[in-house]
Amino acid sequence: MTDTATQPRSYEPGNHPDLPPPLLTSGPLAWVKHNLFGSPLNIALTVISLYLLYLIVPGLLNWAIFDAVINAGSREECKAIAAGACWALPAIRFDQFLYGFYPDHLHWRINLTAVLFFLALLPVLWDNAPFRKQWLIYSCIFPVIAFFLVVGGLGMEEVETTKIGGFALNVIIGVTGIVASLPLGILLALGRRSQMPIVRTLCVMFIEFIRGVPLITLLFVASTMLNYFLPPGTTFDLILRVLIMVTLFSSAYIAEVVRGGLQAIPKGQLEAADAMGLRYWQSMRLIVLPQALKISIPGIVNTFVGLFKDTTLVVIIGLTDVLGVGRASLSDSKWQGLPEEVYVFTAILFFVCCFSMARYSTYLEKKLHTGHKR
Amino acid sequence: MAAIEQDSESFSLGQLWSDKRYRAVVTQILVIAGVFLFLSFIITNAIENLEALGKTFGFEFLEAPASYDINQALIPYNSRDTHLRAAVVGLLNTALVAFCGCVLATILGFILGVLRLSTNFLINRLVYCYIEFVRNVPVLLQILLWHGVIVTSLDVPRNAYSPVADVFLTNRGFYVPRPVFEPGFVFVAITFVAAVAGMVIFRRWAKKNQEATGQIFPVFSIGVAAIIGLPVIAFFVAGMPMSLDAPALEGFNFQGGMVLRPEFTALWLALSLYTAAFIAEIVRSGIQSVSHGQTEAAYALGVKPNWTMRLIIIPQALRVIVPPLTSQYLNLTKNSSLAIAIGYMDITATLGGITLNQTGKEMECMILLLMVYLTISLLISAFMNWYNKRIALVER
Amino acid sequence: MSKLKVLLAASALTVVGAAGANAATLDDIKAKGFVQCGVSTGVPGFSFTDDAGNWQGFDPAVCQGVAAAIFGDTSKVKYTPTTGKTRFTALASGEIDMLARNTTWTLSRDADLGFTFVGVNYYDGQGFMVPKALGVTSAKQLDGASVCIQTGTTTELNLADYFRLNNMSYEPVPIETNEEARTNYLAGRCDVYTTDASGLAASRAAFDNAADHIILPEIISKEPLGPLVREGDEPWGDVVRWTLNAMITAEEYGVNSSNVDDMVANSDNPEIRRLLGVEGNVGEMLGLDAKWGYNVIKQVGNYGEVFEKYIGSNTPIGLERGINAQYKDGGLIYSPPIR
Repeated sequence: MTDTATQPRSYEPGNHPDLPPPLLTSGPLAWVKHNLFGSPLNIALTVISLYLLYLIVPGLLNWAIFDAVINAGSREECKAIAAGACWALPAIRFDQFLYGFYPDHLHWRINLTAVLFFLALLPVLWDNAPFRKQWLIYSCIFPVIAFFLVVGGLGMEEVETTKIGGFALNVIIGVTGIVASLPLGILLALGRRSQMPIVRTLCVMFIEFIRGVPLITLLFVASTMLNYFLPPGTTFDLILRVLIMVTLFSSAYIAEVVRGGLQAIPKGQLEAADAMGLRYWQSMRLIVLPQALKISIPGIVNTFVGLFKDTTLVVIIGLTDVLGVGRASLSDSKWQGLPEEVYVFTAILFFVCCFSMARYSTYLEKKLHTGHKR
Repeated sequence: MAAIEQDSESFSLGQLWSDKRYRAVVTQILVIAGVFLFLSFIITNAIENLEALGKTFGFEFLEAPASYDINQALIPYNSRDTHLRAAVVGLLNTALVAFCGCVLATILGFILGVLRLSTNFLINRLVYCYIEFVRNVPVLLQILLWHGVIVTSLDVPRNAYSPVADVFLTNRGFYVPRPVFEPGFVFVAITFVAAVAGMVIFRRWAKKNQEATGQIFPVFSIGVAAIIGLPVIAFFVAGMPMSLDAPALEGFNFQGGMVLRPEFTALWLALSLYTAAFIAEIVRSGIQSVSHGQTEAAYALGVKPNWTMRLIIIPQALRVIVPPLTSQYLNLTKNSSLAIAIGYMDITATLGGITLNQTGKEMECMILLLMVYLTISLLISAFMNWYNKRIALVER
Repeated sequence: MSKLKVLLAASALTVVGAAGANAATLDDIKAKGFVQCGVSTGVPGFSFTDDAGNWQGFDPAVCQGVAAAIFGDTSKVKYTPTTGKTRFTALASGEIDMLARNTTWTLSRDADLGFTFVGVNYYDGQGFMVPKALGVTSAKQLDGASVCIQTGTTTELNLADYFRLNNMSYEPVPIETNEEARTNYLAGRCDVYTTDASGLAASRAAFDNAADHIILPEIISKEPLGPLVREGDEPWGDVVRWTLNAMITAEEYGVNSSNVDDMVANSDNPEIRRLLGVEGNVGEMLGLDAKWGYNVIKQVGNYGEVFEKYIGSNTPIGLERGINAQYKDGGLIYSPPIR
């Protein structure tokens, strides 16, 4: 190969010697060339990203991990030990961040509720669960169990609703909002696709109204105005009013998700059901909804992620959710001046939950797609 | 005979429910009755409750002096102006942050979306991390974080940081010089308007020309040159009829110049960055939705890569991008109501906050506030629907 | 259609049934067994949660007094933390029975919002706090300053009027809660923090270096703070009003929680005997137990005791009695006679 000059210029057909393999088509070096330095633009992008990483990563790691302090009694102590983040505040008040002012000796009830919730969720998401039917009955009565576990009663110590707070409050509002809004959202979606003009108009008006205004104004309605609409003399708790508003809010979004699912069901299915002599509710219950809801699940999970993030807004109307607890801790003169730590801690808490749910919904979407691809 | 006739037309009450023809009517009557019953129930309650408290329902309070000050007002305002004017000031502040937010979010979102599709592994992953992190953290938290960072990490005006002459970064806001227009500036403005109008006509002509002859003019570069260049020439010809009013430290604060308050900056950045992450995903899926065969076909026809992008990929991707983009704009506008958490005086903070508190007119203020947001949402939807229709596939 | 009738009848019943329950708050409270009391979300000394999570302070003490007067037990109070925005709706809607939160008595709140202020438990006024380093000694020098204010309060109206009347400009920095206002003030987002002088003193007490901040001499408004109830329920308003007055009268006559038993046995002052239920039937007139006054003094203390316990000169808040002294000592605290 080295002395090419001596080799003949032409070959008989079929006698051409093998050419050397092209350089850099596989292996790490090829990958680097193709993915990082393929073209001048690519090289520029690589350099810029490396520079960005260099700017962000060391500083962030130093602040959050290497120079951070976790054992300290106050901000002053923290700053005396190292210059980085002062995780001592969320560490010392960890229970408060999770449970708010819920009595210490009753935290197990919140934890138990959380475990029971996952048990109730399993049969809904897992098609081949053993004893699924019986299990689903448990899922249906779970909200009642959860209510008594959280608030008390039935012989258990009662807890004032104002004491419920922290991350638990966010979860309670988010989960209740989505669960309670499912039936309402399905009804609204069916109503929006109904043949009856009045029902349809009412549903469209409701959905578009709710989707057209920000959640915070609805929470203001809950905190300042809802009581006026109740019979004189009756009131109920702020948390309950918030739950009602959040349910109405998310039902409009769920309705749109379910409507998407309904639209994906071919018309022939309904016509076939009609031909079989099924009534409207029968065909909906037995044929359309099971299919429509199944393809709506990723959308419902996404709606839940959005709602869950929005539960932080309740801090604006004076409920002590995880953000409220964080801000209250910041007003303690021992811990003043640590907003970054509190907000970053809360952000991580939310990120872990929301990101995993978002990944789950992507996974479901992929699973559903293969089902339709054939 | 008569008996049969009667039988076929006989009408029993049970039929109302069992007969499909009547059932729809009956259901709707029941629904209407239910809705009216519910409405009359809550309205009676409201009237009774208001009466019990000795309150009246009415909007006269809007004419009364507001008595409070607002730190950022786009129209002249002082504490003797009416509540109505205060609400308008708030509405303009909402519109300002929503508009600026939508613009920045769109630009950032498109850049991030394209970078997310880049074959460069590093930038691709970097953008992915950014998008996922920002999308999965509550926007309220991001607003508070940005506000906290600006207020605690920047210094007070006395020790202001000045990167360029006459530009000051402080925790009370970013101060930049304000242009002061002299009478001659009208000339420049007229030139600008004329340039824009001329370009619109030129563009139409160029398009027609292209359809007729296939000749393509570089409309975009000529347009940019004309729209920027002509006014600049006019500016110098008119003898530079503009001066700069630089901010200067006087007493407690900077006086003069223009200021971006930390509340506005925090809200603007947080909303734009949050929404940009969503827009990036929309742009990515939009571009991916255009089949690769289109690109290959264009190359096979000898169309240059950047023309392929401009003339073939983007017009098709836009059809997928615009509808979800609309809902992102709506979300951003609605999220701007979180301004109240950091004290940016938008419509929620003025009408739904201070005015509501000082007058005690919860019902009236909340109704107005809900109506305002509903109107804004409908306007944005209407505009984007119009735009969507314009770019939609015209089937021939 | 029959469904409709049932619905109609049911809703009509609900309305009638509920309307009857609205008027007699005192009977309701006796029936449910506790007083629902609205307090602020936290002003050092005036209302705060102790380590066990119970509400304490100068304002909750009034609620405890009312509970003592009705039930003879200060623990029969449930507290609802309210913000400047939610306090009035909470009271108006009946969510709370009384509001004991630093709320200024103004004509419009009394007449237009439909509340009754039952008295004044603290005479306050709006003041300014600035860092000493600024070198400001008078509010008249604050032209052009940035001012942190709590929104939804009378302070922002007073502030607007004060600066306008003195021809000064300022940048308002509206803030929702006390603690955020403090955070912003300490970070230098504003030069001045303005609220009631008592609130300023309370906030300053919580600072790491309280001595670096001064409260300017100007007091720009009258802020009589007191508990309030819904208008139109006089018997209930009377109970709250006279509970407060009993505490004030007790201080005037030198009755306090430690000597009250002694007074019951030995006092021959008819005013004291009426207050403590030894003589006459004032308790019955209020619809309460004869020993209501005794219970208030015994369990909560007289006005002076409560003042000294939570906000007086020996506490970190360190407020002087000043105009909040008894009228005999040159102050404004004065109770009508109990007879």
